[in-house]
Amino acid sequence: MNNIIQVKNLTKQYGDFFAVNKISFEVKKGEIFGFLGANGAGKTTAMKMLIGVSKPTSGDANVAGFDVFKNPEKIKKSIGYMSQKFALYDDLTVNENITFFGGIYGLTRKVIKQKTKALLQYLEIENLGKTLVGSLPLGIKQKLAFSIALIHEPKIVFLDEPTGGVDPITRRQFWEMIYEKAHQGTTIFVTTHYMDEAEYCDRVSIMVSGKIEALDTPKKLKEIYKVDSMNEVFLKLARG
Amino acid sequence: MKRFKGFIKKEFYHIFRDKRSLFILFGMPIVQIMLFGFAITNEINNVNIAIFDKAKDEKSQEFIQNITASNYFDVKQLIYNQKDIEKSFKKGHIKAVLVFEPDFAKNLIKEDKANIQVITDATEPNTAITIVNYISTMLKKLQININKNTAIPYQIKPTTRLLYNPELKSVFMFVPGVMTVILMLVSAMMTSISITKEKELGTMEILLVSPLKPFQVILGKVFPYIFLSIINAIAILLLGYFVFGVPIVGSYILLALETILFILSALSLGVLISTISSTQQTAMMISLMGLLLPVIILSGFIFPIASMPLPMQVASKIVPATWFNIILKNIMLKGVGFKYFWKETLILLGMTVFFIALSIKKYKIRLE
Repeated sequence: MNNIIQVKNLTKQYGDFFAVNKISFEVKKGEIFGFLGANGAGKTTAMKMLIGVSKPTSGDANVAGFDVFKNPEKIKKSIGYMSQKFALYDDLTVNENITFFGGIYGLTRKVIKQKTKALLQYLEIENLGKTLVGSLPLGIKQKLAFSIALIHEPKIVFLDEPTGGVDPITRRQFWEMIYEKAHQGTTIFVTTHYMDEAEYCDRVSIMVSGKIEALDTPKKLKEIYKVDSMNEVFLKLARG
Repeated sequence: MKRFKGFIKKEFYHIFRDKRSLFILFGMPIVQIMLFGFAITNEINNVNIAIFDKAKDEKSQEFIQNITASNYFDVKQLIYNQKDIEKSFKKGHIKAVLVFEPDFAKNLIKEDKANIQVITDATEPNTAITIVNYISTMLKKLQININKNTAIPYQIKPTTRLLYNPELKSVFMFVPGVMTVILMLVSAMMTSISITKEKELGTMEILLVSPLKPFQVILGKVFPYIFLSIINAIAILLLGYFVFGVPIVGSYILLALETILFILSALSLGVLISTISSTQQTAMMISLMGLLLPVIILSGFIFPIASMPLPMQVASKIVPATWFNIILKNIMLKGVGFKYFWKETLILLGMTVFFIALSIKKYKIRLE
């Protein structure tokens, strides 16, 4: 099976309101999958169901080989997650953050030590291991948060608006990192508001009021809607 | 288990690296005990008074001497005419004036009754009443002395004994009270703040997406505060004992168990607050207004519950601290056994279970 995420008719209902209304899609292994939508379109709700935090009302979804209804705990172990706040502990040092998050994913002390060394080297911050995260520049903090989300080598990593509030150069660097990880076989599931970032994705889905209105490669989408950029595609769809 | 250990370690890093929480944890108990122990007392000592002695005879002098000899009053001023009485009050350094009528001794001996007027500054009502009481007691003693030789046929002589706190030290009341306040502060406020902090920073999201179960996350957040609260309780008791001589007459084990029960109820309140507030500020305001204020005002710590109006008395019954205060006094000062406060314990236990159940329910709703 080549699909690492398989979603069929997934629905989340609050009273009469369908936050997510029968969405279906697949994500292939090693793919960078862009999950777009305006605020309130339901993408956060959909993502919460996929990462095992929220229980769907109906439908089927399989993530990393586990069913979201039956095995949300196993899903949690096989995915990585990074939120828009690059949430790390500011009052802990870089090393302590790595140790803590490695620890809650059940890595042994020995593995954590190796990982820490490799990670600091990779980010070229070998001398910052004992620095408090709060005093790091935002760009480094973001890369660190991403690396920590990957510390237990998950098959998929979910990124919830990972580039909010970051300058264009840092954003560019961050996407290079995402590409690198995708090449190594990690599936990337990313939500974003930046339409130029949507162009970097292998495939893109666009949600409008709880439904997936479009799903294809950026190139195809632009052809279908006869426009030059993803921005215009998005505007056309979101305005209905 | 290893995950849990890592989590606790992280919590301690948070606590020990934040000066503000360090102060609340370790500075506050000491400051509060010292404040309540030394500054805020119901006893009076060296109160400045003035005397307007119109009699200037043997008996009035004897009484004035009695007063000067006590530690309670300092005679700061002698007044010689009526107008000066109010003047000296207005200056503000005199709390009371004693006025002896002319022919004090003569009236006392010949007419069998003499008058002393006690005028007090009632801008501080409690002090005023205490002063009046002290002076009346001294007068009674003087009377008994005078009557020693003459036989009065029917005499009722009250013998009073002040049980459990013979010297009427107010610190005996404040140490258990401060302990309740501090435990509430540390357990409920600090936990609710530390949980909402994770929400605000977005790390709570990361933790909930991780393989940690929600109850493990909460337990990990709460556990360090159980530990710190116990240390605090011990520190307060030691301070009370060594600095103010407040004894622990009853069983240490009972005291420890009841304290842990109260800590648990406070912690569950803290978790409950964190589920309904999304920022640290909200959590702090709710803790201060909703918990700390009732603990100080309604728990019987400062104001006696029996003299509150009925609605307040009812309100005081739903404050867990009220029950813990009763239990504490029973164990620490009276030294009685469990059968004298099992009802209070049961109520506290019931409240704790209720709060825990409610916060679990609220927490689950939030997760959905």
